[in-house]
Amino acid sequence: MIDVSGLRMTYGEVEAVRGVDLRVQAGEVVALLGPNGAGKTTTVEILEGFRMRSGGEASVLGADPGDPPKGWRERVGIVLQESVVEPLLTVRECLTQYAGYYAKPRSVEDVMELVGLSDLADRRCGQLSGGQQRRIDVGLALVGDPELIFLDEPTTGFDPSARRAAWQMIAGLRELGTTIILTTHYMDEAEHLADRIVVLARGEIVAEGTPGSLGGRDREAAVIAFSAPPGLPARFGAVEDGRALIRAENPLPVLRELAEWADQAGVQLLDLEVRRPTLEDVYLQLVA
Amino acid sequence: MTLAIHQLRYDLLVFWRNPQARFFTVLMPLIFLVIFGAVFGSGTIQVPGGEIDPKQYYVPGLGTLGIVSAAMVNLVITVTTQRDAGVLKRRRATPVPAWVLIAGRSLSCVVIALATVGILVVVGIVAYGVDLPASRIPALVLVVAVGSAAFCCLGFALAAVIRSADSAVPVVQAIVLPLYFISGVFVPADQIPGWLLGVADAFPIRHLAEAMVALFSPAGGVEWGHLGVVALWGAVGLVIAVRRFRWVRAA
Repeated sequence: MIDVSGLRMTYGEVEAVRGVDLRVQAGEVVALLGPNGAGKTTTVEILEGFRMRSGGEASVLGADPGDPPKGWRERVGIVLQESVVEPLLTVRECLTQYAGYYAKPRSVEDVMELVGLSDLADRRCGQLSGGQQRRIDVGLALVGDPELIFLDEPTTGFDPSARRAAWQMIAGLRELGTTIILTTHYMDEAEHLADRIVVLARGEIVAEGTPGSLGGRDREAAVIAFSAPPGLPARFGAVEDGRALIRAENPLPVLRELAEWADQAGVQLLDLEVRRPTLEDVYLQLVA
Repeated sequence: MTLAIHQLRYDLLVFWRNPQARFFTVLMPLIFLVIFGAVFGSGTIQVPGGEIDPKQYYVPGLGTLGIVSAAMVNLVITVTTQRDAGVLKRRRATPVPAWVLIAGRSLSCVVIALATVGILVVVGIVAYGVDLPASRIPALVLVVAVGSAAFCCLGFALAAVIRSADSAVPVVQAIVLPLYFISGVFVPADQIPGWLLGVADAFPIRHLAEAMVALFSPAGGVEWGHLGVVALWGAVGLVIAVRRFRWVRAA
């Protein structure tokens, strides 16, 4: 679907993208995760054919996005960062207008069903909420029945319930078998939606993996933490600010030993927790 | 071509649902006709080939205003607004060819201009006894169509050089308002000093006004020379538009 190597983009002195390699298989949902200014949107806009790259190779659906052949745009759906619906047209009119641009569009009724706007078909787009306008944007991207969809920060600025609703809709697209490239700066969004996360920082890929394994998260040691009671033997590990932090590849035997000691000493282990690094921990470390 | 008609339908629908565009484009010339008819309604106005009643003059004069508003002012405002909002960029992300979007929008200019002038002429005939021989109607349609197409091209050229929607209204008004005054749209040409008409002759609005007025004067007909100048301006606008037009707002 997508094959990119050594992708570069410079704006004057600034190197926005510095050698990105990316391969995406058909049917995959890939999230480009990174802070603002990491080069996500620039990368995506090059792949969408909106920007000419400064260097490197890029192939999208077997063609150079900088010079797409006839028919290429029939197969690609795009959701831009900002919402672009015509406020004076109704939901159905808007979708029908865009459907007319494609040789083999999906039916407008189906699209409204997919993005959950069937009940608002005759409402003017200007009267929709921000979340509903975003749904229309996704609908406009779907109406051409594309094989590949780009979603650029689909939920930025949403309240939590609107975000949940948008996630449900995007998860529904996966069922259609559509390949999806998603950019986001929310870790939970990438974790929730993507098969694979590519972390970008300062124009480079700093990590890549499934949500469960990103940055070696699955192999990292667990941390056992609790408020250190007086007389805690030094063999258990370091105490920072009155809190004991014990790193353990295999936490269970350590916990057993700890419990025995606490029983004998007659002390409580307050605020005890055992955790692996969260995706957020890993992410913040990667982009720092 | 079917696609251009498809685009035309939606461009017209959007125009029709925009009360502001409707008011300024369609209603303004009518309001001016009523005001000018009341204020300057007596006497006669000297035109090439004779003297005519002021209302007979103001219908084609304000028709020129209607054409320029429909084709250029309204176009520049909507196109720059759509560009700033990302609507044009979004449409370029579909398979629709650029020329279809431009052709559809241009056709909508011609349709709106024809409707605006049509309403103005009908009101003129019914309310003010303005005289337009039926045999000149095809000529009027031709002048309005050529004029609106030419000003539409100039509109795309202006939209290409104007950076943002915020500056679109002041820039366009600064260009057209003085030209309306010196080109015989608001003030009859026989009251404008010769040197000022000379200045106006350097711009297209005066030539469109002359072509329009000629259709309402006693011995008039299609002024091919003036219409040609208007078309030439349109062609220059088209060249600029094709070379400079941007689909994405300036960074």
